[in-house]
Amino acid sequence: MSDPRDELVEHLGPMRAFAMSLTRNSALADDMVQDALVKAWTNIDKFQPGTNMRAWLFTILRNTYYSHHRKARREVSDTDGELAASLAKKPDHDGRLQMRDFHVAFDKLPDEQREALVLVGAGGFSYEEAAETCGVAVGTIKSRVNRARARLVELMHLDEDQVLETTDAVTAGIVSANKSVA
Amino acid sequence: MTRAKRTSSVENTIDENLKRAFEDVASEPLPSRFTDLLEQLKTSGTADGANSESDDNT
Repeated sequence: MSDPRDELVEHLGPMRAFAMSLTRNSALADDMVQDALVKAWTNIDKFQPGTNMRAWLFTILRNTYYSHHRKARREVSDTDGELAASLAKKPDHDGRLQMRDFHVAFDKLPDEQREALVLVGAGGFSYEEAAETCGVAVGTIKSRVNRARARLVELMHLDEDQVLETTDAVTAGIVSANKSVA
Repeated sequence: MTRAKRTSSVENTIDENLKRAFEDVASEPLPSRFTDLLEQLKTSGTADGANSESDDNT
């Protein structure tokens, strides 16, 4: 049997992505991943081989977030003006407004909805895995995901006509939100 | 009557983009701080890290 610790490295990329979606800040996200990695390494005996390691790691990661980093994120979020300024400097582009809109909308989601949406919508987690990771019932995850989507649509005043031009802006918005603070 | 359909296509778009953004970050090369840290963990706690300084909380 191989040492499950050897597998940790494979999950670091997705852990960084999940951490960034929670913190929206690459420096904080990487601090969080580092804490979680050390915790996972030292508590590897608590991992049950054969179960979903990614879900286990994400659970550690989100506990780290809620116990240490959420407060820091709030403090960093105060630098929103800086971010808006950096976006405004970008060359004029149709997606610009929507990129900012998406960024603002995504940030407005409660943590619980944002993590549910990211796990299920982006992380490839089943509702069951997400429920386990977040320590809530499957129905709760479903309703959080639905509410998150509905709220994004509402906040961005999306309708079908805008979907196409929003596509790239949304992607860039999530990614650049992290980069710009690094 | 097409409202539900429209909403779901918008929602798919949101998911697709979230997914793409997630993959983008997930597939970035790992910063060296993580590969260094893994090396460090490997060499320091050869047995089973249980004796390394405890995690103060939880």
